[in-house]
Amino acid sequence: MSTVKQTPFYQAHLEAGAKLVDFSGWCLPIHYGSQIKEHEAVRTDAGMFDVSHMLITDVKGSGAKAWLQKLLANDVERLAKVGKALYSPMLNDQGGVIDDLIVYRMNEAEDEYRIVSNAATREKDFAHFQQVANDFSVELILRSDLAMLAIQGPQAIAKLIQVKPDWANILQNLSVFQGQSPEPNWFVARTGYTGEDGVEIMLTSAEAAVLFHQLKAVGVLPCGLGARDTLRLEAGMNLYGHDMDEQVSPWEAGLGWTVALDNQRDFIGRNALLEQKKHGLNYKQVGLLLQGRGVLRDGMEVITVNGKKGVITSGSFSPSLKQSIAIARVPVEIGSSAKVIMRGEQIDVQVVKLPFVRQGQVQFNQPD
Amino acid sequence: MNSIPAELKYVASHEWLRVESDGIVTVGITDHAQELLGDIVFIDLPAVGTTLNAGQESGVVESVKAASDIYAPVTGKVVAINEILADSPEVVNTDPYQAGWFFRLQLQQPEQLDDLLSAAAYAECVDGE
Repeated sequence: MSTVKQTPFYQAHLEAGAKLVDFSGWCLPIHYGSQIKEHEAVRTDAGMFDVSHMLITDVKGSGAKAWLQKLLANDVERLAKVGKALYSPMLNDQGGVIDDLIVYRMNEAEDEYRIVSNAATREKDFAHFQQVANDFSVELILRSDLAMLAIQGPQAIAKLIQVKPDWANILQNLSVFQGQSPEPNWFVARTGYTGEDGVEIMLTSAEAAVLFHQLKAVGVLPCGLGARDTLRLEAGMNLYGHDMDEQVSPWEAGLGWTVALDNQRDFIGRNALLEQKKHGLNYKQVGLLLQGRGVLRDGMEVITVNGKKGVITSGSFSPSLKQSIAIARVPVEIGSSAKVIMRGEQIDVQVVKLPFVRQGQVQFNQPD
Repeated sequence: MNSIPAELKYVASHEWLRVESDGIVTVGITDHAQELLGDIVFIDLPAVGTTLNAGQESGVVESVKAASDIYAPVTGKVVAINEILADSPEVVNTDPYQAGWFFRLQLQQPEQLDDLLSAAAYAECVDGE
């Protein structure tokens, strides 16, 4: 693993018994013994994830807001308060998705923002940011000095308060999709990728290991990438590179709700999206549920009752439902059931509206 | 370090075999295999009464990560399967050599036992991976 990058939590992972893998060039835990056990801990209690591999970019300047309004399909105008977070895809001129990300409004003047985007698309994202920034008065600062830890689960905030009692007031009053700096060089946001309550903390590398050990001591379970994937899949959250990529439109990836077309704002990909809408969409995103035995996997073909074809974009086993689930891109006229080709056989699946599980509860019902 | 019990026999495809009495052998997958697979969620076993040939695909182990075929180490007739694996496949992760056994075969060609790997030979096999 010598050429693979380590995060500030690397030592802590080793001490916690992590099974490490190479994830987009980063040495990260896939699990610490059992990914199912880690998944269950997040749904019932609290777990923590090292997400320091993700790209944190600070944005400053008088042109910061205008740059973001050009760059993103969603509109930062919606960030009504300091600390508010916005989830958005970033599109190319054809309306395909370059990446999905979260942007935080960091000050009153709307000239300071923070973007968190995917590890696998780091270079591509930053190059695109810079290219678009050529026309704006904006400075981009890559925050490779920061570590990031996600603490998720119904007990996540309570356990964090045990470790950081001075933050109690701030944490208890933190709205969902909002961040705050409880002390200098720390930023805590009530966001996550699991469908449970919790926070994502950005902190200096020097503080990383200490925080990890403190949280472990109060019963927050270290969780790896395996659990991260089954949790986000249950929560119906997209994974870039699987559920969407540069060839896929947000309309086909269940991201219509993130596209802000309501005013005349000119953002990259706007015209392409309007054209697609005008011509009518052929595919949409749905959830699939396998009642019987077996596991649905990425790339498996989906066949509608009318014999039209779709594809599974993310498939796995749901520890909460104890059966296999998937996100799929399928013909828009799909009904309430379909077949999936699994190891050469056609198997029946139920078509459902995402998400499958959030806040520890089954959420899905039939699509309308 | 994964466990490789000395009294068992092995094949390169990561199954183990224990010789019981009366020409019966018990088959399962090794500690190394369960670790590679991760959390196991479904196991498909052959039906009792099926005759399996050495090296033949005889079942499937599905983990969250991947599906993996199980191969019969020797030729024989399935005389028993481990019923608890239907509801508790995770037993294979926690106890691959005892409670996590897969099926029992009535040996048809006892000389095939000589072709199997010893614990030491299997250890070397795994080391090379």
